[in-house]
Amino acid sequence: MSKQVRQLDRVVIRFAGDSGDGMQLTGDRFTSETAQLGNDISTLPNFPAEIRAPAGTLPGVSSFQVHFADFDILTPGDAPNVLVAMNPAALKANLPDLPRGAEIIVNTDEFTKRNLAKVGYATNPLEDGSLNGYALHPVALTSMTIKALEALEVSKKDAERAKNMFALGLLSWMYSRPSESTLDFLNRKFASRPHLAQANIAAFKAGWNFGETTEDFAVRYEVKPAQMPPGTYRNITGNVALALGVVAAGVRAKLPVFLGAYPITPASDVLHELSKHKKFGVTTVQAEDEIAAVGVALGASYGGALGVTTTSGPGVALKGETISLAVALELPLLIIDVQRAGPSTGLPTKTEQADLNMALFGRHGEAPVAVIAPNSPSDCFYAAVEAARIALKYRTPVLLLSDGYIANGSEPWRLPEISELPDLQVEFATAPNGPDGQFLPYLRDPETLARPWAVPGTPGLEHRIGGLEKADKTGDISYDPANHDFMVRTRAARIEGIPVPDVEVDDPSDNARILVLGWGSTYGPIGAACRALRARGIDIAQAHLRHLSPMPANLGAVLKSYDKVVIPEMNLGQLAHVIRARFLIDAIGYNQVRGLPFTANELETMLEEVIKSA
Amino acid sequence: MPEVPLKLTMKDFKSDQEVRWCPGCGDYAILAAVQNFMPELGIPRERITFISGIGCSSRFPYYMNTYGMHSIHGRAPAIASGLSVSRPDLSVWVVTGDGDALSIGGNHLIHALRRNVNLKILLFNNRIYGLTKGQYSPTSELGKITKSTPVGSADSPFNPISLALGAEATFVARTLDSDRKHLQSVLRAAAQHEGSAFIEIYQNCNIFNDGAFDTLKEPETREDYLIRLEHGEPITFGAQGQWSVVHPPGGFGLKVVPTESAEASDIVIHDQTISEPAYAFALSRLPEGDNRHTPIGVFRSVDRPSYDRLVTDQLTEAKAKLTAEPEAELASLLSSGDTWTIL
Ligand code: SF4
Repeated sequence: MSKQVRQLDRVVIRFAGDSGDGMQLTGDRFTSETAQLGNDISTLPNFPAEIRAPAGTLPGVSSFQVHFADFDILTPGDAPNVLVAMNPAALKANLPDLPRGAEIIVNTDEFTKRNLAKVGYATNPLEDGSLNGYALHPVALTSMTIKALEALEVSKKDAERAKNMFALGLLSWMYSRPSESTLDFLNRKFASRPHLAQANIAAFKAGWNFGETTEDFAVRYEVKPAQMPPGTYRNITGNVALALGVVAAGVRAKLPVFLGAYPITPASDVLHELSKHKKFGVTTVQAEDEIAAVGVALGASYGGALGVTTTSGPGVALKGETISLAVALELPLLIIDVQRAGPSTGLPTKTEQADLNMALFGRHGEAPVAVIAPNSPSDCFYAAVEAARIALKYRTPVLLLSDGYIANGSEPWRLPEISELPDLQVEFATAPNGPDGQFLPYLRDPETLARPWAVPGTPGLEHRIGGLEKADKTGDISYDPANHDFMVRTRAARIEGIPVPDVEVDDPSDNARILVLGWGSTYGPIGAACRALRARGIDIAQAHLRHLSPMPANLGAVLKSYDKVVIPEMNLGQLAHVIRARFLIDAIGYNQVRGLPFTANELETMLEEVIKSA
Repeated sequence: MPEVPLKLTMKDFKSDQEVRWCPGCGDYAILAAVQNFMPELGIPRERITFISGIGCSSRFPYYMNTYGMHSIHGRAPAIASGLSVSRPDLSVWVVTGDGDALSIGGNHLIHALRRNVNLKILLFNNRIYGLTKGQYSPTSELGKITKSTPVGSADSPFNPISLALGAEATFVARTLDSDRKHLQSVLRAAAQHEGSAFIEIYQNCNIFNDGAFDTLKEPETREDYLIRLEHGEPITFGAQGQWSVVHPPGGFGLKVVPTESAEASDIVIHDQTISEPAYAFALSRLPEGDNRHTPIGVFRSVDRPSYDRLVTDQLTEAKAKLTAEPEAELASLLSSGDTWTIL
């Protein structure tokens, strides 16, 4: 039976089910198939904080959204065109995000009285007409999977668990995805249990064939490859990109990397990834607590390694005193904060940008550090390299602010040539630098204001450093008022003097009077909103900050050249506060702390209102 | 390059900084004993690092002409762990106090010990907070009257030796600030030990807790109060050897009895190499409130691979798998997994 094939330019699919249903894996595989095809992609997983919330309940719903297109896209998509709902809870939790007319594929086997009651459905939504506005595809996913695997030697439980592969097969058929990579993957994943490989492959194929034969799915879709610059690509999440960036920094600096970390959501994956790369000279220590994690990293930096610690907001709070010590010692240290919603434990699996104040100001005394924020999953790689570069060259702690949105989200990444990455090599001090063979540990490089990095083991440079205020040049303990004033100002000047690239303004028309300024992970939604406005003939300028400390030298001039500056943030206005204080600009904040990224649509609406009222 | 035999002296280990403890403080004696011992190590000064936390004792690194870091309160074991593990070529020493190591930094101490990081940890125990001017510490006795406990403290103290043994430290010893010979013998044993060596040094704070260990130092009492542990020797003590440590029949732990009433076969022969920490723990429980029956010397010294070695071995093994230049390996790491090419 030949089916109609329809061309689409973009699609957003959301796979949703119980946290035990394997939705993350399903989404990952679909993403990988899509990447193989050459579409541009952006993904967003959303999972509960509980490892296994009670089955079939609303808190137990886990989902994975993938947006793919034949052009370059910036976000995982505001609203799904297709929802795959493995049970009533998944339907109920996700329906509010669905526009009318969207396709819904449901696993009818799970729509039992009991399951419906569990989530408060008085009547079955598949039958009561409440889904009339949608294109509903009821599919008996579980029973068809079990049936398809009847001939195989697998338990009923294992057969039932393969239903996510049935769903993946069906969706892969619907969107004409190449299936080889998934079949390879299943063979690899279940290499030691061939019967499970067989079962999952059979389920996948059954889903595919079901699409091809059933009347219910009359149309098959195609999304052509996107025009992307030539090169080799892979799909990457922000957390993996951060880890690879750290490995790359070590290679380019020709230094061992030493990571101290304590498990914390959503940063633990960086530790997991880095622990696999020992052959690059990467040591990972899972420390007894957050404080020890930064402590071992600082100790290793003192010894001449690139010391790194990874954490989330609560961990940064605990590390504050040690970061201040690193400020006083003037040693390189990379602190990666994968932000989550706070305060306190907050929403550990949900995203937020509310650690900016802490990154900039959250230490005792005058303790400035450099702060940098990646703007997308793949940008995490370059941000890590850049953060390491600043830390090593300027002998300073650098705070890198990622967040849960880009940490777990993914996008295609064009692999860089290693030789294009900056050379991070540093020179350790090897000889006395003072008069009559004296070593002066706080004699600064006149250009960078960095002090010499004299690592233990270097003959003739034995010296003592510590948290007490040090005399300029000699580094001896000093209680002299003028010296303290000088040292405080010098440490600040060292950070302020780090050259960072000018902020670039994206204003294709050159006529915009309104500038939207963002930082970090909001780049995608803000960019998509600006594109949508421009497509409707509305001028808007966009600028995005990567360096939060120091800020680009041209920032003040850029901001002052627009009538209005709008700053959307997933916090209550932390960047806006800094911009107002620093540049006396009456910035307009747009703030949301729902644990979710902005949608392009809401930003578009908001910006349009600002423009109209200007 | 052939190693030139080192001819270092105590003077080589003195830094140019003026020592600023209170006159009469026990820290002076410890500093002198350590500086005097260092040449014996045969390690060049540049390969030795002292790391401390906060407190009077933690000023120590400033006075040693080696590498050194005066870090933050309680965190020295963590910072030193990072240095030691990343730089197995160094000899890393931690100097800490009772408040630093057992109160604010208790977690780092026990974890360094259980991991068996290659650190030599000197805990100066004066049973008081000196630097902050006289509050009770986690080793102060119950009922201690101090500035922060005007009617006596309600806290039971830690026994640092018991604590270290509870963390299964592989080397645990105690010594006295005023007994240079003994102190140095313990340093010597610690230096030869692979892994964590924990040394509690009773130190007199003559300003805020003067005389805390006098009974262990005064000629009239010390012989009857101190138990000098010697590996392989029966544990008898007292001016005339009139006291012995025995295994009480049928009970747990150890007991002090008059030697004349003890069966010779019941007297404990000290063995610091017993792998089960229970024996050393029993020894650590002997002291009484007035310091009577305080063992000094090495309680326990057992072999277990250091954390540093295990980590280094893993790294070395992994690095042996590098088949190309790191840059080329990095390129293949980045392109691992599912990739696709756009022409
Ligand atoms: S306060 Fe006590 S411990 Fe501190 S330096 Fe003075 S005597 Fe020594």
